[in-house]
Amino acid sequence: MSSPLGELIRENLPALQVILPMIMAPVCVLVRHRTVAWFLAVAVTWTTFAISLALLQIVRAHGLISYAMGGWEAPWGIELRIEPVNAFVLLIVSGISAVVLSAARRSFEEEIPRDRLYLLYAAFLLCETGLLGMAGAGDAFNVFVFLEISSLATYAMIAMGPHRRALTSAFRYLVMGTVGGTFILFGIGLLYMVTGTLNIEDLHHRLQAIDADRTVLVALVCVLIGTSIKLALLPLGAWLPNAYTFAPSAVTAFLAATATKVAFYVMARFVYRIFGADLAFERFHIDSVLMPLALIAMFLGAALAIFERDVKRLLAYSSLSQIGYMVLGLSLASVTGLTGGIVHLFNHALMKSGLFLVMACAAYRIGSTRLSALRGLGKRMPITAATFVAGGLAMIGVPLTAGFVSKWYLVKGALENDLWPVALLVLLSSLLAVIYVWKVVEVFYFQEPPEEAGRQEAPWSMLLPTMFLIGASLYFGIFTDGTVGIAEWSARELLGGAP
Amino acid sequence: MDPSSALLWVLVGPALVAVAVAALGRWPNLREGATLVGASSVFAGVAGVLLPSVWAGGRPRLDLVEFLPGLTLALELEPLGMVFALVASGLWIITSVYAAGYLRGKNESHQTRFFVCFALAIFGALGVAFAGNMITLFVFYEAITLSTFPLVTHAGTEAAKRAGRVYLGVLMGTSIAFLLLAVAWTQHLAGTTEFTVGGILNGRVDSQLLPWLLALYALGTAKAALMPFHRWLPAAMVAPTPVSALLHAVAVVKAGVFTITKVVIYIFGLDLLQTTGASTWLQALAAFTLISAAIVALSQDNLKRRLAYSTISQLAYIVLGASLVTTSSLVGAGLHIVTHAFGKITLFFCAGAIYVGAHKSRISEMHGLGVKMPWTFAAFFVASLSIIGIPPLGGAWSKWFLASGAAEAERLPLLALYMVSSLLAIGYLMPVVGKAFFLPPDDNEHDDEHPIHEPWMCVLPPVLTAAGCVALFFFMDPIAGLLGSIWTPPGGAP
Repeated sequence: MSSPLGELIRENLPALQVILPMIMAPVCVLVRHRTVAWFLAVAVTWTTFAISLALLQIVRAHGLISYAMGGWEAPWGIELRIEPVNAFVLLIVSGISAVVLSAARRSFEEEIPRDRLYLLYAAFLLCETGLLGMAGAGDAFNVFVFLEISSLATYAMIAMGPHRRALTSAFRYLVMGTVGGTFILFGIGLLYMVTGTLNIEDLHHRLQAIDADRTVLVALVCVLIGTSIKLALLPLGAWLPNAYTFAPSAVTAFLAATATKVAFYVMARFVYRIFGADLAFERFHIDSVLMPLALIAMFLGAALAIFERDVKRLLAYSSLSQIGYMVLGLSLASVTGLTGGIVHLFNHALMKSGLFLVMACAAYRIGSTRLSALRGLGKRMPITAATFVAGGLAMIGVPLTAGFVSKWYLVKGALENDLWPVALLVLLSSLLAVIYVWKVVEVFYFQEPPEEAGRQEAPWSMLLPTMFLIGASLYFGIFTDGTVGIAEWSARELLGGAP
Repeated sequence: MDPSSALLWVLVGPALVAVAVAALGRWPNLREGATLVGASSVFAGVAGVLLPSVWAGGRPRLDLVEFLPGLTLALELEPLGMVFALVASGLWIITSVYAAGYLRGKNESHQTRFFVCFALAIFGALGVAFAGNMITLFVFYEAITLSTFPLVTHAGTEAAKRAGRVYLGVLMGTSIAFLLLAVAWTQHLAGTTEFTVGGILNGRVDSQLLPWLLALYALGTAKAALMPFHRWLPAAMVAPTPVSALLHAVAVVKAGVFTITKVVIYIFGLDLLQTTGASTWLQALAAFTLISAAIVALSQDNLKRRLAYSTISQLAYIVLGASLVTTSSLVGAGLHIVTHAFGKITLFFCAGAIYVGAHKSRISEMHGLGVKMPWTFAAFFVASLSIIGIPPLGGAWSKWFLASGAAEAERLPLLALYMVSSLLAIGYLMPVVGKAFFLPPDDNEHDDEHPIHEPWMCVLPPVLTAAGCVALFFFMDPIAGLLGSIWTPPGGAP
């Protein structure tokens, strides 16, 4: 683009990315018409997706975009900083938002009072704003601000769930989320006290220069606790199953793929980019806490999933387990391990939102996601059920699916660190995934459908996006150049310290 | 056709058959026709295009896609895979005739699903045979497990579901927990998992760790049914008999022992295992499995279960041959894949024919049946002799090579073990024939209400494969020569 306008847009892409949904959210409220609001929101999410694709291209070419909000240079002004890692995260968040929202209209209209739908679309856009902002922000304080924006929007969306328990779930998440946010704020405050800056790059340089004392350690612990709550690392992730179960189906698909993922990114960025691997791992040994917690989460989450009778909640427990994989990758503190964590962030986002959308399809026709209600789904909704099987295989990590790629890197990373028991545990926990996925498959295919049930497939407007996501999680299991390439580059950047 | 691209076409052949069968589901005759034509074309491709190339020392290779850095989905055909592919695709033709007769004779439901999954299982088996590296082999290994699961649970009863859980649990559990770990470890140590004559681990791994790595491979390959991971095989006997015949006597279990043999030859290499003795423990485990499974077989009254334990015992021969790491024992292992395939598929065909024809599955109910079903029991007798290892039947040769391998490795007690196990095989196979021919039929049964009804499609296949057991005795030399060319390819550099 060589025209002045094109140039202007190109230069301001990082800001547009965040500001567009933020502006359109109040517009949705003003419109008050559910279909128009939906249309606007979909248009915005696809635009942000296009922007993040463009940003990724620019970052690939130039390596880094530093955008000064309002022309105030960092470290004094607000900086948006796009690097390979968060370009990748932006892509996931905006892509999943776009696909899920496109699929969501029929599902929302079924589950939520129609006169309140425009509010949901506004909240959705605000949540996307917050998540994109968290990923893009170049200073620690704005990470917190955007985190609060996204969290508040999330509470509202969960509370709109069709079941009354959605209210208590939202409230519980609100309490936990606020505690988490406060911990993060504490951490940031302590860091500011020690270094006198909030800009992430600046923080990194100043922390390297001073002799890290107990204040820095406390700051690190606060940040770790806060982000652990937000990314739902057990035992701090107990808010997640209820929130996911009682939120509107499509909201769950959106949150599962984005909220925890961005929180994971924030944790990785704070640990590696502010404190640095030397400080966090060599000096303070956070891996001795994070790794056991990650392993416990992997097993406990999967074990809880095995005994669950509601598929939506089963998938939520499975998320707890999969989050364990990501944190494990982070705690390995090596290029291979971190690559595994980051690529799992991407892969898991695809398959989990795909699987939750499958459940949205089932809930749309059947009105429940309990296993007992889904008997014989293979006959009643053959495409939906088959999509679930494909997504389930990816979740288990069968070769040539995306899940295999992440697990391969985690196992390889563990072996490189001479932690072969950890490698074995990663594989053993995927056996638990076999059990909980197969439990559902058996109900779909080996139990007869209820007498009165006929064959009625979900509408194509929901099925196609669902199949797209699951198809992508198969595609990225075979053609991994893109995902693994970016993840590895990100891992190197994160570990490399100073840019 | 150029052998490298033929490799791909032959491999996707069964997958195409699966698609065709699914499309033709409404017209059973056309559907079975598609299976038959497809199976024949696949076999023609294997025998007509690939065999001459490998025979001449060629190693057709095709890299499909590098799905992770250093991990390529690659096909490469060498003699051992050639033999396995020949057996699997050849017996697929005969089995599809038999399966049509069996399913129609029993009026089974879901016949289309059956034939689709069957073709997919063969696809997996050919993939295992053609795999050019360990990761590709692993992919197809899992494909076999997944595609055979619906066959095991075909009946849809509670017992079938329970068996399905054992099947999937053991096969997938061990392969993900152990085999995948072994593959990842190998990749970590050697930087590759390519199958290379002489192995890829030499000098790359501490000899203290070698037995552990081998253990991950051997126990991770539960399809080889080594104890203690053998339980899935008797459980899988709830499947319709054609499945037990081709898949649980040939394709699935042979994929297991094939994997172990291949790992010994191409990942570890004979020299490495010989000098370090890392496979000694595996010899002991195989010997234990060999004898104890044979003893368990003696006590089984259900014919298919007895045959299943016999299979476990016979598979242990192959693993034992592989773990002795001499060229003779490995050639013997390869030959035993062939001879046991022909023998055991015949026995299962007969068991199924008896079930369809006379509705009997217990040996104690088969008294006097031999007179009524002479062809079936004659085939059973011939195949039994081959399993036991009596000339002039194919089984004699593989046992000969295995025994001379044991002698080469200076493990003389194993020779005695082979003797004992042959005696045990006589003990669990001959009474079936003996009771059928020489004991008077039980008169208290209302046999007249159930007249013996033998569809020709269930009688002809076992007779053919039994004839194959005889033929193998006379044409063993070329196969042994082919297997020997693993180490000394004719006219090519090693």
